[in-house]
Amino acid sequence: MSQKEVNGSSHRGKVLTLETMNQNVRQVEYAVRGPMVLRAVQIEEELKKGVKKPFTEVIKANVGDAHAMGQKPITFIRQVLALCAYPALLEDDKFPEDAKLRARRILDGCGGQSIGAYSASQGIECIRKDVASYIEKRDGGIPSNHENIYLSTGASDAIVTMLKLLICGEGRTRTGVMISIPQYPLYSAALTELQGVQINYYLDEDKCWGLDVGELRRSLTAAREHCNPRALCIINPGNPTGQVQSRQCIEDVIRFAKEEGLLLMADEVYQDNVYAEGCVFHSFKKVLFEMGPEFSSVVELVSFHSTSKCYMGECGFRGGYMEVVNLDPEVKAQLTKLVSVRLCSPVSGQALMDVVVNPPQPGEPSYATFTKERAAVLADLAEKAKLTEESFNNVPGFHCNPVQGAMYTFPRITIPQKAIDQAKAAGQAPDQMYCMKLLETTGICLVPGSGFGQREGTFHFRMTILPPKEKLKYVLEKIAEFNAQFLQDYS
Amino acid sequence: MKKPYNEVIDVSRDNPHATGMKPMSFVRQVIASCIYPELIDSDKMPLDVRKRAKTLLECIGGSVGCYSDTIGIPIMRDSVSDFLTRRDEGVPSASGKIFITHGSDHGFGLLLTMLVRGDRSPLVGVLTPVPSQDFGNATLVASGATAVPYYLDGQQGWRLHTEELQRALRSAREVCDPIALYVINPGDPTGHVQSRESMEEIIRFVYEEKLLLFANEDHQDILIGEGCMFISYKKVLAEMGSPFSDAVELASIHSASKGFMGEGGLHGGYLELVNFDPSVQIEFDRLISLLVLPIIGQLALEVMLNPLQPGEPSYEHYQEEIQHIRETLVHNVTRAFEVLDSLPGISCEPINGGASMFPRLHLPHTAIHQAKEEQLPDFFYCSRLLEQTGLCVCPGSDLGLPEGTYHIRLCIMTSVDTMEEVLRRLGKFHKQFMKDFS
Repeated sequence: MSQKEVNGSSHRGKVLTLETMNQNVRQVEYAVRGPMVLRAVQIEEELKKGVKKPFTEVIKANVGDAHAMGQKPITFIRQVLALCAYPALLEDDKFPEDAKLRARRILDGCGGQSIGAYSASQGIECIRKDVASYIEKRDGGIPSNHENIYLSTGASDAIVTMLKLLICGEGRTRTGVMISIPQYPLYSAALTELQGVQINYYLDEDKCWGLDVGELRRSLTAAREHCNPRALCIINPGNPTGQVQSRQCIEDVIRFAKEEGLLLMADEVYQDNVYAEGCVFHSFKKVLFEMGPEFSSVVELVSFHSTSKCYMGECGFRGGYMEVVNLDPEVKAQLTKLVSVRLCSPVSGQALMDVVVNPPQPGEPSYATFTKERAAVLADLAEKAKLTEESFNNVPGFHCNPVQGAMYTFPRITIPQKAIDQAKAAGQAPDQMYCMKLLETTGICLVPGSGFGQREGTFHFRMTILPPKEKLKYVLEKIAEFNAQFLQDYS
Repeated sequence: MKKPYNEVIDVSRDNPHATGMKPMSFVRQVIASCIYPELIDSDKMPLDVRKRAKTLLECIGGSVGCYSDTIGIPIMRDSVSDFLTRRDEGVPSASGKIFITHGSDHGFGLLLTMLVRGDRSPLVGVLTPVPSQDFGNATLVASGATAVPYYLDGQQGWRLHTEELQRALRSAREVCDPIALYVINPGDPTGHVQSRESMEEIIRFVYEEKLLLFANEDHQDILIGEGCMFISYKKVLAEMGSPFSDAVELASIHSASKGFMGEGGLHGGYLELVNFDPSVQIEFDRLISLLVLPIIGQLALEVMLNPLQPGEPSYEHYQEEIQHIRETLVHNVTRAFEVLDSLPGISCEPINGGASMFPRLHLPHTAIHQAKEEQLPDFFYCSRLLEQTGLCVCPGSDLGLPEGTYHIRLCIMTSVDTMEEVLRRLGKFHKQFMKDFS
């Protein structure tokens, strides 16, 4: 229906139309919350209205929302935040002293002792100091300066800020940013919106999604024909792939970045989510400094962390930070200015980050409970990671790499040619068609691999390992059933 | 380092809690109970707090740690929708056109992002009021849109004149493609509350000139002026009927950052689109899909828009707190007038709303002359004020005012004691300044 018809007799067009608006916005795609989710929400409405379906609920295994899937919040964290929200509770003896201590410290850093006051844009100073201490401790004493810490609205906000800083130039000199394929689609969406050039480098599925410098080099060389590559993004532990990069690999990447003059963006939001035997999280910063001054005084590195993942799963609080290393001082001044343009990140998220970097210590009243809860969350995820890998590798046509870390699985699936043809005729990516059918048949919402990028001719989907164990088993069974039927229908 | 003061007092911007205003108890009790649901089962919290927290938790997936649906949890949008219908006495609001935001600045930024067309010439222009915090503010600059100033009338309580809008629009068309008019009502720092007639003129203007209308109504909650009333642009638009009511594309912005809530740090706000092209709204959704909004901010917003009813246990205390805030504000304004208007070289206009006073400085020539060697005269004044007394106010030049008139903006959402101290420091400094440069 045309606008004229909608407006009845008025022949007046709109001021803001698809043609007159920002065209970059129109191209933004964010698969995690894209068409699959829209359909899933519609199906939920239909179920509510009593429409009969072969399932009773939609299972949203598309987004990494731990609490929505039943993961319990950490008691200590919630106690401190409740105290910050309503300081009258500091008089309540039901709250432990160590929680009160932290709440008071946070409130002292807030204007008027309130988390409702705007803070300095870079983030509350005492919290940035606590973040710096945490990083030092984590990295075996390598110094961290709180002036290099920027508290942000989740890691996503900081990532976009850095991209804004980086992207410039025109045509052949336009900034290119290397991102791993498969990738977390925030990067591609942000690059689209900011008109940066996306440079893909492929992770090696046959080597457990490992990163190969040869591939980095291939990708970079090709990119130099049409843009100015300036940064390399790496997600470790990986999303959607779950791989935990080896120390050797991280050194190789750092060496490569130095040789090629690239700024490194290390997305480390899953740093506590490491499950597989023999896998260890190595922070880029630590490895950089352990490689000696030849690298540690030169390579520009920005590391990102968040309160949305790990054992906390507090997506709704929007807590995060980035640490910048070796940035040109004038550039850093511009970054600080760019950050100060906007108001601070939500203070409740800053407060949460403070608790994350300042957890109960041995001897403190909440230590035992905190440690137990944390361990339980991580052990549960580890168990589900294993269960998922084993289960999927028993499904004909599936190949599932071990879920070494993070909270997702990204199995390669087989789609028969007949189905591929049908999808293409409908203008749909084949794995999108697969996922849509799965959703309609089982109520299980996943994200098609095409949303993350994959090698031509391969198909995947991303599923979270977050549903509670029994529900996860149900999901795994249903997917196996569906897959068998699908293969049959399109044989 | 020794200084003649112990601490800096910053009233250069609207940050109520930092300057001594207290959060509303009910809001914080509900938020704390949502964060730590054990409080819902204890009898430490009043019954209405526990009930509200329970209802909200159920709607947000059981935990404040969940991602909220990216255009704001449906209950939030419904709350906004119901609030708007009540506020505007029947003008309907469909919750599909409401977007939850981090706050007003964020809402404004989203609108700008939708408008800009990259580096394609001509650049998109937005008519922006002067004086205002948004003129030359980095959100506008960083967006790539051109801010076209229109000057509010400092001789007449900072009203808008349509002639001035026309002048601004004409001059804008020479350098850019003006596409939107941005108004702030109640005005900040001006404290001006628009009359219905004035608002109707604006609506007629945007209709004739085919402009979008962005209305920042963040200060709608507390009016100071006797007999002053806030009417929303949406209501005025609807009541004007055709052809305006179904043609003018209006975006209204509000948040929990100002007014009696003052919860800027929690990041809860909303944006309502009226008469926008439905396919543009879909694109708006797409832009917002990259964002995740903090749940705590949305909870604050929900309580603000869905306040307590008479009879509920916490109702009286809630009303008392609002009343106290209102009285504090009136007291602060009265005191500020008393102190400042009696000083030579400073004059104050009455204010009817907003959270600031915007006194005019009549600076001696010597001061202006000395200042100009390095900086703008009102900035010079404010720098010295900060250095010598630790009091931070905002120079009028930061808000876009041109050479020749000098002002300072100070926020009056402070505790009574803080305001006394502010006035003491400012008064003392000002007298000395006038003496030094006479």
